[in-house]
Amino acid sequence: MYWNSLSEFLAMGGYGFYVWGSFGLTFAVMTIELWLLKKRQKRVMQLVKQEAI
Amino acid sequence: MHKKLSTFSVLYKILERDIKVAWRRQSDVMAVFFFFIIAASLFPLGSGADPKLLNAMAPSVLWVTALLSCMLSLSRMYASDYADGTLEQMMLSNQPTVLIVLMKILAHWMLSGLPLVFVAPLIGLQFNLSGAQLQILALSLLMGTLALSLIGSIGATLTLGIRGTGVLIAILVLPLYIPVLVFGAGAVNAVSIGVSPNGALSLLGAVLAMALVFAPLASTAALKIALE
Amino acid sequence: MKNLATKSGFNWLKYASPKTFYPLAGKLIPWCAISAATLIAYGLYIGLLVAPTDFQQGEGYRIIFVHVPAAWFSMFLYLLMALYAGMGLVFNAKLSYLMATAIAPTGAMFTLLALVTGSLWGKPMWGAWWVWDARLTSELILLFLYIGYISLQAAIDDKTRADKASAVLALVGAINVPIIFFSVKWWNTLHQGSSISLTKAPAMAAIMLQGMLIMAIGFWLYSIAVILMRVRCEILERDSKTAMFRQD
Repeated sequence: MYWNSLSEFLAMGGYGFYVWGSFGLTFAVMTIELWLLKKRQKRVMQLVKQEAI
Repeated sequence: MHKKLSTFSVLYKILERDIKVAWRRQSDVMAVFFFFIIAASLFPLGSGADPKLLNAMAPSVLWVTALLSCMLSLSRMYASDYADGTLEQMMLSNQPTVLIVLMKILAHWMLSGLPLVFVAPLIGLQFNLSGAQLQILALSLLMGTLALSLIGSIGATLTLGIRGTGVLIAILVLPLYIPVLVFGAGAVNAVSIGVSPNGALSLLGAVLAMALVFAPLASTAALKIALE
Repeated sequence: MKNLATKSGFNWLKYASPKTFYPLAGKLIPWCAISAATLIAYGLYIGLLVAPTDFQQGEGYRIIFVHVPAAWFSMFLYLLMALYAGMGLVFNAKLSYLMATAIAPTGAMFTLLALVTGSLWGKPMWGAWWVWDARLTSELILLFLYIGYISLQAAIDDKTRADKASAVLALVGAINVPIIFFSVKWWNTLHQGSSISLTKAPAMAAIMLQGMLIMAIGFWLYSIAVILMRVRCEILERDSKTAMFRQD
């Protein structure tokens, strides 16, 4: 392990905002993409079921 | 039956017809021309009239304005012939579609690109450009506007018959215009900083050559898709 | 075509039809998703916890663990999209068009992420949120190309025409990408004074490279999973009869 303490890890040597901003944003956007797709999938499935009846 | 026409004379007829039709609606052609003059003249009003600043801005301002002017008329490139069925008739003729497309592009260039080559040096004078800069500006526009018409034809054919075409064409075509802008304005900039513009001009020529080969092919494919 | 398929002993063409591809994709998605999550978690562990600091850039360099894979896939996915578009035009294969359509949003998302993380890296390193650096500029233009593709697809109501027209645009874009990138690089050297360019990448320790590669493979698997999910949605939306054959 490279870090000595949690606060040091969070501070990222003064680059905390930029590093955590990048990582946070990347995974937030990826999660949103997944969530939107799930929603679309659900909507399509409902449509298909309606048509099948 | 009327007599069989050679490919060359058919192509010449297409070009002649396009220019005649445009001539009947002169206001359309003139609008592009005046747009270029008015839009380019707005920049000094925004930036101030410092001759040094204007000289530095001029290649970019004139080139971007030329690019937008050429783009404005793209949606009309095929639209009227598409709407009245002429385009379909042309494609059913035994002439290769690529050559017909090339003629339409050439007509577009002569009506919207070529006039700019002549008026740009005049506007350049307002921007305090030197004689050498004006020469290279005209030369780069001469080559560049043809490339713009060629690349623009792809956008025009892809969006044929779609509503709200104008803005869509801009989105499709502007990113593809970037190399033309970079090398065209770059040639004039090279003169400004005392470097030979030949490098930029040859690169512009290479882009033009690429566009001459690929753009008619892509436009033809897009036309066939639109008329299916 | 048929001959080729039977000669090879394995009927791969069978999977070129949306009807048979749909259940296959359904089976692949969970595997891709699970391995993507594992690899990304491991990559994060290496990138954030194990890898040492960079002596030039300090801890700020850690941004590259997300920035570089995002930038790679923004470009790779565009080429992949163009490849599928081209295959669609050549073989008139519906599934190829669907794949190209499904790739575009994920590619655009990675382009946007590469831009934003690049700017978050640039602020402390260059002192500005945006610098007209050749790579950032190219990435911005790539985003414009994605936007063009997606807009054209959305503007045409007839789906068959939309597929074909946007496929032509994707191919034109792919031919243009090297020219655009070259022109931007050329432009950057012409105007040396006005821009700062990170000329040499910092020498990377083996562990850093390893972390970056693991993240990249994780992003790749994530992309596959998301693209397959989107293809399945497209298949159902366009042809709900296929749904009769679906196996969840």
